[in-house]
Amino acid sequence: MAREVALPLEIEEERPRRRRWQRILSTARKHPLGVFGLSCVSLLFFCGIFADLIVPYDPEATLRERQTFGALVNTIKPTDTKLTVVDAQLDVGTNFDIDGERMTVVPPAPIVSGAGTTLHVQRASSQATHEAGAALELDVAIANADPSWSHPFGTDHNAKDVLSRVIFGARISLLIGLTAIITGVTAGAFFGVISGYFGKIVDTIIQRCVDILLAFPAVVLLLAIITVVGDEDSSVRRFLANNTPLPKGEFIGIPTFLDVFIVALVIGLAVAVFTTRVVRGAVLSIKENVYVEAARAMGASDARIMWRHIFPNVAALVVILGSVLLPVAILAEAAISFLGVGVPLGTPSWGADLSDEKSRQLMLEGYWWPVFFPGLALSLVVLGFNMVGDAFRDLSDPRLRGSGLGGGGGGGAGRGPI
Amino acid sequence: MRDYIVRRLLILVPVMIGVSLLTFSLFNIIPGDACVLRLGFGSTPETLKACREAHGLTRPLFPVSINSDLPVIHVQDSQYGGWLWDIVAHQDLGQSLAEGSAKVSTELERRLPITLELMIMTVIFALVLGILPGMLSAIRPNTPIDWIARVLSVLWLSIPSFYLAILMITFGLLWFGWTPPQFGRGYVPFMDDPWVNLQQFVFPALVLSVGIAAVIMRLTRSAMLEVLRNDYIRTAWSKGLRERTVVWRHALKNALIPVVTLIGLQVGALIGGAVIIESVYNLNGVGKYTLEAIIRRDLFVVQSLTLLFAFVYVSCNLFVDIAYAWLDPRIHYN
Repeated sequence: MAREVALPLEIEEERPRRRRWQRILSTARKHPLGVFGLSCVSLLFFCGIFADLIVPYDPEATLRERQTFGALVNTIKPTDTKLTVVDAQLDVGTNFDIDGERMTVVPPAPIVSGAGTTLHVQRASSQATHEAGAALELDVAIANADPSWSHPFGTDHNAKDVLSRVIFGARISLLIGLTAIITGVTAGAFFGVISGYFGKIVDTIIQRCVDILLAFPAVVLLLAIITVVGDEDSSVRRFLANNTPLPKGEFIGIPTFLDVFIVALVIGLAVAVFTTRVVRGAVLSIKENVYVEAARAMGASDARIMWRHIFPNVAALVVILGSVLLPVAILAEAAISFLGVGVPLGTPSWGADLSDEKSRQLMLEGYWWPVFFPGLALSLVVLGFNMVGDAFRDLSDPRLRGSGLGGGGGGGAGRGPI
Repeated sequence: MRDYIVRRLLILVPVMIGVSLLTFSLFNIIPGDACVLRLGFGSTPETLKACREAHGLTRPLFPVSINSDLPVIHVQDSQYGGWLWDIVAHQDLGQSLAEGSAKVSTELERRLPITLELMIMTVIFALVLGILPGMLSAIRPNTPIDWIARVLSVLWLSIPSFYLAILMITFGLLWFGWTPPQFGRGYVPFMDDPWVNLQQFVFPALVLSVGIAAVIMRLTRSAMLEVLRNDYIRTAWSKGLRERTVVWRHALKNALIPVVTLIGLQVGALIGGAVIIESVYNLNGVGKYTLEAIIRRDLFVVQSLTLLFAFVYVSCNLFVDIAYAWLDPRIHYN
C-alpha cells in the first residue's frame, strides 16, 4: 500500500518544473474552443480600438473611380455647348471630363436618337477644341462591387466599403457595450449595496422599482424607452448636449455620437436593474459577517463600511456580471438597431447595416455581402464571448475539469435579459 | 401553498400599478402630446384641438391634481385613470391615433392567434431540439455525440435570430429558389388549411426556437448529469433495469424540473423574439403591430401593448413559481 502511495510522488519529483508559459500552452491545448473565443474577443477589441488606423477606406465615404467610356460624335469648337455622344448615359447635373476639360450637363434633358445622345453642357473653360472620337471620363460610384482584393468584403449600394464598415461596427459595438456595462454595473452596484446594506424602507423602495422594471420583457422595455429618449428634441438629449462635455457632432469617427451614446445609456439602464438585484442578494449575506460588526463597533460610518468592507467583497461578482452581460449588451444594440429604433440608419453599426431595407432587397438578388459580413461579425463576437465564458467555467469548476470542450453547467451565458 | 399563491397575487397588484404608471408617464414626458406627434408640429390649432378632444387629451393627466389647496380627485376623468379604467372594466385597450384604424382590442383579436401559434410552435421546437440532444450528451459524456451537441449549443446560443432568419430567406432563395410561404399572401388560419398554415409558421418558429433550445440543451445536460449521480439511479441500475427505463422513467423526469422553470423564464425572450421575427418574416402578429406603432409613434397603442406584455410576462413568472412547487414536492413556500 505504502509503495503505491509513494510512487506518484517520486514521479512528481523527477519531472522538471514546468514553466508558466508551458502551463498556459497546455491549458490552451485542452481548450481549443476557448482559445478560438479569446481570439474573436481580442479581434473585437483590436478592431474597435484601432479602427481608424486599420480601415482601408473611410466607412462613410462614397467610393468613386475614374472610368473612361463613350466618345464624342462630332468635333466641338470652344464656343459650342451642344454635343452628341455615343455609349454614354448622362443626366442633368452629371459632371464629366473631355481631354481634361470639366463639363456639366445642363437642361434641357439629353435627347437619345439614332446618332447618339444629344446634350447641352456648361463648360469650365470654353477655350479648347475637342476632336470627334475623344473619350469621356467620369467618376463612377463603386456600388455593389463583388468581394475582391481591393474590397475584400465588397461594397454596398451606397458605394461604401463593407470591410471598413464592419471594422467601424466593432468600434460602435465596443463603445456601446462598454459604456452600457460600465454605467449600468456601476449604478447597479451602487443601488444594490445601498439596498442590501440599509434594508427596511430603502430596500423596499429600491426593490419595488426593480420589480417594476423587471416586469417588462427586455426588448419591449428598451424599445419603449428609446422611443421616448431618442426623440429629436427629448429632454434627455437636450440635457446631454447642453450640460455635458459630450461632443454634439462627429467624434472618434462616429458621425452620430450622441445618438449612439443615448442607446448605450438605455441599455445600461437594463443592465443596472439586473445588477442591482444580484448585488443586493450578495450584500445581504456579506453584511452578516463579523468583520462588518467589528467595523461598526469601532465607530466606522455607514459610508465607510459600505465602501471599505462591503464593496470589495462584491467587486469580483460585479466584474463577472459585467463580462457576462457585455455580449448581451452588444446583441441588444444590434437587435434594436436592426428594428430601426436604435442608432440612426447609415451609422456603420452592425445592427443598422443588417436592417438596411435596400441592402436586404439587393441581397435577394444575389448581392449578399453588405448584410452577410456585419451579421457574421456580430455572431462571431457573441460566439467568442460565450466560448471564453464556457472555458472559464470549465477551468473554475473542478467537476468538469479535463472534459475539454466547455459548455457544461450553467444555463444561458450570453443570453441574460435578451 | 394556497397562502403563497394568494400572497403572490396580492404582490402582483402594486407591481402592475407601478408598471402602468411607468408606462403612462414614459409616454407623456415627450414634448408635445400624442396629437402633436401624430399631426406634426405644422398642424393648425383647430385640427389639434379637434384631435385632442376626440382622444380625450384635454383631461388632466393623473387622477389626483394638487393645483388648488385641496387635492381634487377625478378617477375616470383623468387620462391615466380613464385609460386604466377602460382596460380593467371594459377590456378596452384604447384607440389608435391613425385615421380610420380599428380599436386596439379588435386588432389584438385578429393578431393574437398568429403570435400565440408562433410562440407555441417555438416552444415545441425548442423542447425537441433542446431536450433530446441534451439528454443524449449527458448519458454519453465525452463521446462524439456529446461533442457535437455541445458545439451546436454554443453555436445556436450565439447566432442572433434576426441574422439567422435573413440568412435562411436569402440563401433559400439564391440556392433553392425557395421563398417563405407567408410572403405575398396573408395569414392562413390552421382550421382553413392546416398544411399551408404549418408551412407559414415552421421557419419563423424554428429560427426563434434555436436560441431557446440551446439554453434548454445546456440545462438538460447539466441537470441530467447531476441526477444520474444519485443513489436511486444506482438502485435502478442494480435492479437490472434496461438503460431506456433508467434514463426515461427515473432520470429524465427529475432532470426536467429546472427545464420547466426555464421555459417560463424564457417568455420574455419569446416576446422580444416575436417582435423581431414577425417583422422579418412579415407575420401580422402582435409583435409586428408593436413595432409599427413604435415607429409611427402611436402612443396609445404602444402604452397599452407595453402594459399587456408586462402583464403576460409577470403572470408567466408567477405561474412558473407555482408549477415549480407543484412539480417538486421537496420545495415549500412559506
